[in-house]
Amino acid sequence: MKLTLKIWRQNGPNDKGRIETYPANNVSEDMSFLEMLDVLNEELIGKDIEPVVFDHDCREGICGMCSLFINGEAHGPGRGVTTCQLHMREFKDGDTVYIEPFRSKAFPVLKDLMVDRSAFDRVQQAGGYVSVNTSGNTIDANAIPVPKEDADNAFDAATCIGCGACVATCKNSSAMLFVSAKVSQFSLLPQGKPEARERVLNMVHQMDLEGFGNCTNTGACEVECPKGISLENIARMNRDFLSASLTSAK
Amino acid sequence: MAIQLDSKIPEGQIGEKWSKHKGEIPLVSPANKRLIDVIVVGTGLAGSSAAASLAEMGYNVKAFCFQDSPRRAHSIAAQGGINAAKNYQNDGDSVHRLFYDTVKGGDYRAREANVHRLAEVSTNIIDQCVAQGVPFARDYGGLLDNRSFGGVQVSRTFYAKGQTGQQLLLGAYSALNRQVAKGKVEMFARHEMMEMVIVDGKARGIIARDLTTGKLERHSAHAVLLCTGGYGNVFFLSTNAMGSNVTAAWKAHRKGAAMANPCYTQIHPTCIPVSGDHQSKLTLMSESLRNDGRIWVPKKKEDAEAIREGRKHPNDLAADERDYYLERRYPAFGNLVPRDVASRAAKERCDAGFGVNKTGEAVYLDFASAIERYGKEQAHIKGIHNPSDAEVIKLGEEVVEGKYGNLFQMYEKITAANPYKEPMMIYPAVHYTMGGLWVDYNLMTSVPGCFALGEANFSDHGANRLGASALMQGLADGYFVAPYTVGEFLSSDIRTGKIPTDSPEFEAAEKEVQSQLDRFINNKGTKSVDYFHRKLGLIMWNKCGMARSEAGLKEAISEIRVLREEFYKEVKVPGTANGTNQELEKAGRVADFLELGELMCVDALDRNESCGGHFREEFQSEEGEALRDDANYAYVSAWEYTGDPSTSKLHKEELKFENVELKTRSYK
Repeated sequence: MKLTLKIWRQNGPNDKGRIETYPANNVSEDMSFLEMLDVLNEELIGKDIEPVVFDHDCREGICGMCSLFINGEAHGPGRGVTTCQLHMREFKDGDTVYIEPFRSKAFPVLKDLMVDRSAFDRVQQAGGYVSVNTSGNTIDANAIPVPKEDADNAFDAATCIGCGACVATCKNSSAMLFVSAKVSQFSLLPQGKPEARERVLNMVHQMDLEGFGNCTNTGACEVECPKGISLENIARMNRDFLSASLTSAK
Repeated sequence: MAIQLDSKIPEGQIGEKWSKHKGEIPLVSPANKRLIDVIVVGTGLAGSSAAASLAEMGYNVKAFCFQDSPRRAHSIAAQGGINAAKNYQNDGDSVHRLFYDTVKGGDYRAREANVHRLAEVSTNIIDQCVAQGVPFARDYGGLLDNRSFGGVQVSRTFYAKGQTGQQLLLGAYSALNRQVAKGKVEMFARHEMMEMVIVDGKARGIIARDLTTGKLERHSAHAVLLCTGGYGNVFFLSTNAMGSNVTAAWKAHRKGAAMANPCYTQIHPTCIPVSGDHQSKLTLMSESLRNDGRIWVPKKKEDAEAIREGRKHPNDLAADERDYYLERRYPAFGNLVPRDVASRAAKERCDAGFGVNKTGEAVYLDFASAIERYGKEQAHIKGIHNPSDAEVIKLGEEVVEGKYGNLFQMYEKITAANPYKEPMMIYPAVHYTMGGLWVDYNLMTSVPGCFALGEANFSDHGANRLGASALMQGLADGYFVAPYTVGEFLSSDIRTGKIPTDSPEFEAAEKEVQSQLDRFINNKGTKSVDYFHRKLGLIMWNKCGMARSEAGLKEAISEIRVLREEFYKEVKVPGTANGTNQELEKAGRVADFLELGELMCVDALDRNESCGGHFREEFQSEEGEALRDDANYAYVSAWEYTGDPSTSKLHKEELKFENVELKTRSYK
């Protein structure tokens, strides 16, 4: 099939950026979206044009490195997929496809479609861990039984791949879905409980420092999340945060 | 500097070696640890866990990864699980059994002492991960669940649905973050190691490139840990992430670290086949599918042709028109033969013209029998007498969905075919590399101060890795082995002081890197990096892949040499070295693959036997099975770089088997 690609090009963080138009004339429906871009880049190199820069790595939907805002949607059309899992059969011959970076004040564009998501790392450094040394001399793994429901809920929260689709989708650029998933994973497990109050306060504080916006409960993040992270996590975090704010010694 | 291999295996009984050795490693006092810097390259399971552990102990750690966050390293993609000799299921598992299974599974080409240590610390890994909040699967009593994996006789695999790798890596990443927050680890994401710096014969630092600004940076330390994963991407197409590469390990190799058993490659039998020339990577379908799926191709070539051309559908073929070739060739194990055997058998059928997709390189994995069997069972359980075919299929599909639902969904997303209604198409793909940098018992390479952990080293899996053992090894090395064993080297460095980065050695290393970058940028070639990478991959796949022969390997060596020459003449890298340039990054990696590929062929040519993932066509039984030669080849091939892969010098580490009896593996 033949497509018209409208791609965001930006030389660096300080460049203004613009949309460039490229034809894609040899697209097979078996290609993944990123393979379609690989082919485009090969053509651009042949024409002495700098190829389009985009983040990607595992190409099987788990590393969270690929991003892209395609036709106005994070990770493009289709639900429960990352851009690398999106296939060209989702598009029709003659379509025009707009490809932009994930946009947010907290995710500055580095080049073309590549953005800086290190804010997510800093939020987790603020408390996204259990303070246990890696000596191996902890208690036996089965010493504390964990109710299956809690374990399953913690797992569901932990499936977040940290891609940032929630932020890119949110009209407020809020990172609440991401942060709440990380907070929930630990607060649901007995191992994470001793530090739960400090953790939620510190992580939310860091989230605000990074310049993410507030949550106004539109739920768009949940719809676009490739891993189906539930809004319940946000409700849980709000509850934990409120309770910690009232009871914490700080 | 000639390499001297000393494996430093401690004296004593196999079960006592590690605890005795650990007790005797010189300690570095907390005050002195603050004076010692350690560089960790790579932040997968081995790297993240090592960086976190070393920082906790008090060392100053600098950690590097080329991804935008340490949490994205390719350990994240592991699906199945992690082995540990916990014996929670009370099915007779033990440290010895895990040790034995691993040595045997590796076709008797691993070092006994290392494998035993791995089995010993396996139980600590699970305790540690649970304490960190890793959400492993649990049963209704709230205790940890296990499953069996890869043909062993016990259930020792811990798992977190189909994403055990991500959950374990997030655990190690959280431990790493804790140390970053404390200022004990300085994290350098989007940085690539370009060169290792040797000062007075010791690894004392690296040259790294900031992939965002393009600037070269000098980082010094008292020791350098390479936790940089495997080199499967030498084949271009593999289940590895796009960025996975050999560069860090290869730079160390060029500076004196021996490369061990580079030809040992694991080719996984159940991956989604290549769909066309545009393909960039391959996706694994978990091995667990072979428990219920039956593998077949058409019996008649005409049928295979008709299917390839779309004139026939697999469901049109009756049972007696299908060749269930694994069941035919290996009646005892059938579809559950080990990975290497299943892969070779698929290749044999496709080479003979029975492949079933457009490219002719695919076989069927069919669940119709399982659906029918489970459906009848369910009907019986539910008391439905004389169920209709439709009822049986519906009930059976529900069972199969419960077991493999997420995998079926993943398959459908990629191929747009419904595996409940028609057989899956699968084909083998490169998955893991057992070979890697040679290390001694302390995980130190033949360059003093340079250590290799996880898939980057060679030590634990011999010629074939068992399922769910890679995660175990990565975390064992990072949490429980290297943080202690580095002490033996570092204890002599407490009075050394900071390693200066303005020395002639750093100067020369940086200059070398700069000149390679300039060479690529200024080369006015006509072909893209991928053009060469694809060509290399094809040579490797055809001649150093699932089956190898003397003639083929010799051809491959000369073809790679020609390709390498052409690469330096004709490669085209657009843009500049100042700033993000993904083509430039790829060019450096492919340059190293072009040397490694040749060494892999040299190694495969030297090894006149078939073992594990290494199958030489000349060394097979009349039935086409692998023929190992323990009398002449029970050694580790450790290659010393001499300036040209083909003249690399072979050093042999003889393997001694004192606790496991050498036997032939048979699956008939």
